[in-house]
Amino acid sequence: MRARRARDRLMGVLALLAALVVLVPLVDLVVMVVIRSLPALSLSLFTSPTQGAAGGLENAILGTLLLVGLAMAISVPVGVAGGVYLGEFARKGRLAGAVRFSADVLTGVPSIVLGYFGYVLMVVDLGWGFSALAGAVTLAIMAVPYIVRSTQMSLDRVDPALREASLALGAGLGTTVARVTLRAARPGIVTGILIALSVALGETAPLLYTAGWSSYPPAPHLLHAPVGYLTYVVWTFINEPMASAQHLAYAAALLLMLLVLGVNVLVRRLVSRAGRSELPIR
Amino acid sequence: MPRVLTALVASFSLLALAAILLFLLGAAWPSIRYNGLTFLTGTTWNLGNLYAAAPVRVDGVRAMPGATFGALVFVLGTLLTSVLALVIAVPTSVGIAIFLTEYAPRRVGGAVSFVVELLAGVPSVVYGLWGIIVLVPWIGSWLGPALARALGFVPFLRGPVGTGAGLLASGLVLALMVVPIIASTVREALLMVPGELREGALALGMTRWEAIRAVSLPFARTGIVGASILGLGRALGETMAVLMVSGDAINLLPRNLYSPVGTMAATIAAQLDSALTDASGMAVHALAELALVLFLITVAVNVLARLVVRTGAMRRT
Repeated sequence: MRARRARDRLMGVLALLAALVVLVPLVDLVVMVVIRSLPALSLSLFTSPTQGAAGGLENAILGTLLLVGLAMAISVPVGVAGGVYLGEFARKGRLAGAVRFSADVLTGVPSIVLGYFGYVLMVVDLGWGFSALAGAVTLAIMAVPYIVRSTQMSLDRVDPALREASLALGAGLGTTVARVTLRAARPGIVTGILIALSVALGETAPLLYTAGWSSYPPAPHLLHAPVGYLTYVVWTFINEPMASAQHLAYAAALLLMLLVLGVNVLVRRLVSRAGRSELPIR
Repeated sequence: MPRVLTALVASFSLLALAAILLFLLGAAWPSIRYNGLTFLTGTTWNLGNLYAAAPVRVDGVRAMPGATFGALVFVLGTLLTSVLALVIAVPTSVGIAIFLTEYAPRRVGGAVSFVVELLAGVPSVVYGLWGIIVLVPWIGSWLGPALARALGFVPFLRGPVGTGAGLLASGLVLALMVVPIIASTVREALLMVPGELREGALALGMTRWEAIRAVSLPFARTGIVGASILGLGRALGETMAVLMVSGDAINLLPRNLYSPVGTMAATIAAQLDSALTDASGMAVHALAELALVLFLITVAVNVLARLVVRTGAMRRT
């Protein structure tokens, strides 16, 4: 009996260790990024663009916001409408099954493959060049399946009595969706959108050959003008020999993590309000 | 009316998937004709003589003289790094999931699952950054030599260790990145274990661990397998972090655990710039074929994962 108890305790300790093993790198990573970005933190980080390997991050910050904002403007309506189709109009049937399946498969397609696809289709074949729109559409292709699936799952969890009550009162299915079920499912839908947003914020691979890179703040046109973004700075500037470049890389990493953390905190508040945490993690 | 509209919009992912396949196939076609099966068996990736006066014509497609595109190094590199990542990440994730569902007090459990979620949110370039600055030097100066000394009787684990950038570093970074996916899915699976079964086991006098082994883990087995395959899909396609810590091997099969490796995803990202200098365009087509192969592998893996999870769920109900 004592041996069995001891083994039970040992396994408990091992399980705790598994959690700690993951915790240590995360803490180390956060501490490293915060400490090493300190020299670069100043107001000019936000107000001046990169000049060579120095300067600020204005262009990259604005570029990231533009790319992600555009991507969301495309993917939110498409994703939510797709989710409504799956969750309300066609719960069964061939097309619904195919859509659900393709959304799941699309979430699994590596982002670099999407980037290459975006390059071939938009940058070369459509002749958009490295541009904000090519980058944003590529990001949107990544984001849509997340939003479709989380919208559908949130709609599935809406109490059927609500839907039936509305239908029984004579409202059409369209009205019921717009007035009743979408509202009831809102926290879950917004959570799915925010998760897609945080994934898009941190992406690099799909943008390398669609958005390009620019040291200037985003141009007012969406085609034929490359855009800078934060993840690019992290990737390239860390390999520059100058200290100023490396500080910028850390500062960009810090900003990215703060943005993602901010979105995650929002998600947690929404989830606790929605009462369930059964959401797709990427 | 709204039904038709939303159905049209919903077809987006279906269309996107078909378009990706078609465009990659189209872009890869000259390379498929030029390289044939050598693409999957060859280990030499050589753009040919880019300064030659004119491209040569082979089977109706143009390439620079001497160009060969063998992707075996990248295919193997991708598989090795991903499998290594799973070997590390699966036991760790199952441990975390068991800790969260069985052992952790409520408060601690909440904190740990928050940390695991944060881990999922860290952008992959930031993992790469940490990998370059912390992990790679640590492997080169400490972990690598220590492993080589302790386990050097296994040929694959013998030195030389090199700089630390390579297979082991890629595997560790990938493991860190897939742990959140696997841990959260396994946790869901463990939470589905019916309370009566667990309580029955405990009432029979089993310790907690015995109940986990005899009841919970067998019950959650398909969930664990499905989660691992999902994690594999993610690891296969991960680009930036691997690109930063893998040492970018070309034309070099890994000789030991510390060798530089190249993966398909990282190579696509690293090579497109130089591929664009190929006047015949064949290098770009070859990268498209690489993307196509990666696409097909990850789609197969993901379909497999969904099937496993779905059949598991059906058997349960």
